[in-house]
Amino acid sequence: MAKTFSLNKKQINLLEKLSQAMAISGNEGEVRSIVLEEIRPYIKDYQVDSLGNLLVTKTGSSKNRLKVMLAAHMDEAGFMIAADDGDGIFRFEISGGIDLRQLPGKSVLVGKEHIPGVIGARPIHLTTSSDRQNKIPLNNLRIDIGPGANTIKPGDQAVFATTFQHVGPSLIGKALDDRLGIAVLINLIKNSPPNIDLQAAFTVQEETGLRGARVAAFTFKPDLAFVVDSTPAKDLPAWDESENLTYNTRLGAGPAIYTADGSTLSDPRLIRLLVQTAEKARIPYQLRQPGGGGTDAGAIHKQAGGIPSVSVSIPGRYAHTPVGLARVSDFLHTIDLLKATLLSIHPEILAQERS
Amino acid sequence: MYDFLPFLKELLSAPGLAGFETPVSEIIKKEWQPLVDEINISRVGSLHGFRRGNSSDPRPSILLATHMDAIGLMVTGIHKGFLRFTDVGGVDPRVLPGQQVWVHATGPKANPPGPLPGWVVQPSAALLPEEFGNNVIPIENLFIDIGLAPDQVQKYVHIGDIVSFAQDPLELNGETISGHSLDNRAAVTALTVCLNELQALKHAWDIWAVATVKEEEGLVGAYTSAFQIRPSLAVVVDTTWAKGPGSDDWNTFPLAKGPTLMWGPNIHPNLHKAFKELAEKLEIPHSVEITGRSSGTDAFATQVVAEGIPTMAIGIPLRNMHTPVEVVSLKDIRRTGRLLTEFVMSLSKDFMSKISLESKNG
Amino acid sequence: MKSLIQKLTETFSPSGYEQDIRNVIRAEIEPLVDEIRVDPLGTLIARKGKVGKNGKRIMLAGHMDEIGLIATHIDENGFIRFSAIGGVYPHTLLGGRVRFVNGVSGVIGGERITDLGKTLTISQLFIDVGASNPKDCPIKTGDVAAFVRPFFDMGDRMVAKSMDDRIGCLVMIEALRSLKSSPHEIYFAFTTQEEVGLRGATASAFGIDPEIGLSLDVTGTGDTPKSRKMEVSLGKGPAIKIKDGGMLSDPRVVQWMIRTAEKSKIPYQREVLEAGTTDATAIQLTRSGVPVGCISIPCRYIHSPSEMVDTKDVQNAIKLLTALLSALISL
Repeated sequence: MAKTFSLNKKQINLLEKLSQAMAISGNEGEVRSIVLEEIRPYIKDYQVDSLGNLLVTKTGSSKNRLKVMLAAHMDEAGFMIAADDGDGIFRFEISGGIDLRQLPGKSVLVGKEHIPGVIGARPIHLTTSSDRQNKIPLNNLRIDIGPGANTIKPGDQAVFATTFQHVGPSLIGKALDDRLGIAVLINLIKNSPPNIDLQAAFTVQEETGLRGARVAAFTFKPDLAFVVDSTPAKDLPAWDESENLTYNTRLGAGPAIYTADGSTLSDPRLIRLLVQTAEKARIPYQLRQPGGGGTDAGAIHKQAGGIPSVSVSIPGRYAHTPVGLARVSDFLHTIDLLKATLLSIHPEILAQERS
Repeated sequence: MYDFLPFLKELLSAPGLAGFETPVSEIIKKEWQPLVDEINISRVGSLHGFRRGNSSDPRPSILLATHMDAIGLMVTGIHKGFLRFTDVGGVDPRVLPGQQVWVHATGPKANPPGPLPGWVVQPSAALLPEEFGNNVIPIENLFIDIGLAPDQVQKYVHIGDIVSFAQDPLELNGETISGHSLDNRAAVTALTVCLNELQALKHAWDIWAVATVKEEEGLVGAYTSAFQIRPSLAVVVDTTWAKGPGSDDWNTFPLAKGPTLMWGPNIHPNLHKAFKELAEKLEIPHSVEITGRSSGTDAFATQVVAEGIPTMAIGIPLRNMHTPVEVVSLKDIRRTGRLLTEFVMSLSKDFMSKISLESKNG
Repeated sequence: MKSLIQKLTETFSPSGYEQDIRNVIRAEIEPLVDEIRVDPLGTLIARKGKVGKNGKRIMLAGHMDEIGLIATHIDENGFIRFSAIGGVYPHTLLGGRVRFVNGVSGVIGGERITDLGKTLTISQLFIDVGASNPKDCPIKTGDVAAFVRPFFDMGDRMVAKSMDDRIGCLVMIEALRSLKSSPHEIYFAFTTQEEVGLRGATASAFGIDPEIGLSLDVTGTGDTPKSRKMEVSLGKGPAIKIKDGGMLSDPRVVQWMIRTAEKSKIPYQREVLEAGTTDATAIQLTRSGVPVGCISIPCRYIHSPSEMVDTKDVQNAIKLLTALLSALISL
């Protein structure tokens, strides 16, 4: 267990590469390449399926092994170029959910070549105060890469142009949802336990409907599944200083274990396993507040006759905005918790019925 | 060259609502029978036509899917001789007042069961909630009047009886046609054009031509036929929005300028590229249609069946979608049929490895 | 029959936490079936019979779960904030009583109502279990609760919470009991997590791989003052579902059900439900497709703590299901 929550240079470089990679739903190749490069020396073989999921199995060595699926999604919330208005100005669609109010005045990177662009807004001098009360509808927003010849065409992807930074105890960058989860999964592959067959799925299209996870689960047909994602920490102070009742998770309080979200009622046996492991190994953890949202578990648990599933997330502030923020300690504790939990998996867990 | 117009008109004159596709299924089956090696019906009613390829076993297979169901209405109640109804598939209530319909009555006096003419009627303002004013009247306040005496209606009509639009197909200017279920009978016709063209040709791959059921209510046929067939590839043909009155945005496409090739997370990028290169090579006019989350077609289902199926979607531009007066260009139907034929012909045994996402970066 | 309905409806098993109701149902049916198993999402699946000559593999689905509440936060004074499991209407909650799966009871209170014309939303409600701070509160984030309402026998009518869908489960149990012989292989699936999206049925149908599917669930009625317009009424017989908010029944299955009802002289109603759906929607999408239908038990005040059904409707539903299972099926 890491007492001093610091990352070495290699870990920081990987997180930086992952955070700055461009991968919206349906277009995850850049992240897939980075992941493959990292894990290649540690795996025998891999498969890229027809949606682009990267599927890897690490066979264990002990007797009576359960097949355990681990999933983290490679795609991020971003934009797709929809139409060329000419003069370097492009209409765009949002891929995955992004609050419109996060868009005006931001810079983006567009297409395979990461061409810089900006999302402009009407100059304040030309607006009235009542204009400024209303958010700018998507129809009025454009990505501007500057006039002149260019190679951008409708269908190209675009993402926020945020530079990743490690500041004190924090990690700051775009797409921490779910590049942090990807980094956790990479770590677990490098340190896979002998008592299970680890079926790792680096999934696609989570942000647009959990689509990659659905087919990955069908291909793997695991005995149980853990999903590693990042979930919002809405732990800012309330405007009237009242108690914050809807924080979802809190930064620094450890990996967040899901009991129920909008897509899954976690298997209670797996919730208990995680909690008992955390308490035994003295790893801080929190319970994510039940409510909306969803993870790849939503698709996985219904597949192939049913798969007991649970999600564990690294809390992150400001998800789906240009600047996500997470704590190094939460990231490292998530790795610790999952490592310890995987080591404690044995067939007896599924011997009793779901309850 | 195959003259598809009589077949299309026959399709447009038959009902075939989502969940009740038998009338249109029988017409398609008759047309496809001589064009395929085997024809059968899936467990939920989709029509599967199979053409064997000529390469050695094991042969890859391609699924060509077009949905045969249409939107319409369904009787939910009988009130003082008037029929209450709901929609099957998404029907805009604004096109309903004054529409002539066929009520497919199954009541005891309707023997043999057959269509009764009816009209969707809007009660006068005094008989409606005051707050409706001059605005659009929601479906639950509209009625269908079949002109029979109130005490007779019960004997003819049952709750659950389906109601289809009575609009006959109408040939319009510029080689276009108007009718009530060009979504998606235009695509079924394009697929039939393809099957006809394949008669004289040899293809390496197995072909499954499938007319799916219940696309308008849950993509039921697409999920289940794709699971049963487990093709190597799936190509879905549906209709898309053509430029026209009230429909001129960036995501609408010109009528009679060729089909659209869809692009987005729902579509396999290398399949899209293969189709685009082919269309350009053959000089078939086309547009690229950017679809956000979903293509809005059966392709949304086929892509995620079982272990996943590389999927492509093609759109035939259509005006006034989901009204009884949809309009499509006959040229676009033929172009789409031809594109399908040429694509099938171009499939070599190693095509799957060529489109794999593995070696490429994105 | 009524004492079993009481036992079923007074059990506390919201979606995801169905172990208690599963044990109650298992005890009832174990002696009556050939094989029993529990699938990975907790659905209880009991098989009766093997496919005989011209017999079919049939799946019956009635969901064991009920709507409920889940604790989201224990505030500094020990009050429990919550969110809904399944379709819970806030206007049915204020003043209600709940019981958590761990046995703790509580009442639902609300913040001050400043405008009596507006109903409170769930975020303005809380559960009071008598605690005064998070440490002495026996409930933690993620604990689930269901409503407390005793079963009430009105003679012709019966009222309880979770008639949706314990009454469907009851119909399945009683049909199993009264089934003398059948050429079919029948899977009685008491499904989980229907109220949150038909999740149990999605998984269990894949495992069973049936040729025909029938769900047993409640449906609304149009026979109360200024209700949504609907032709189904209490007391006019079980309803044969033609369409609902999620699916269209296979017309062949509908015809088979109507023919059987008429032949056996069982009263029935034709049903089109404009909102809401059942496990059949999930079953039809399984594998290569499954023709599906649904026997609905008409029910007033669905998703309130006082759901009302008609005793004769229930008895006729049992008769209809038994008749359907007893004879050969030609679709």
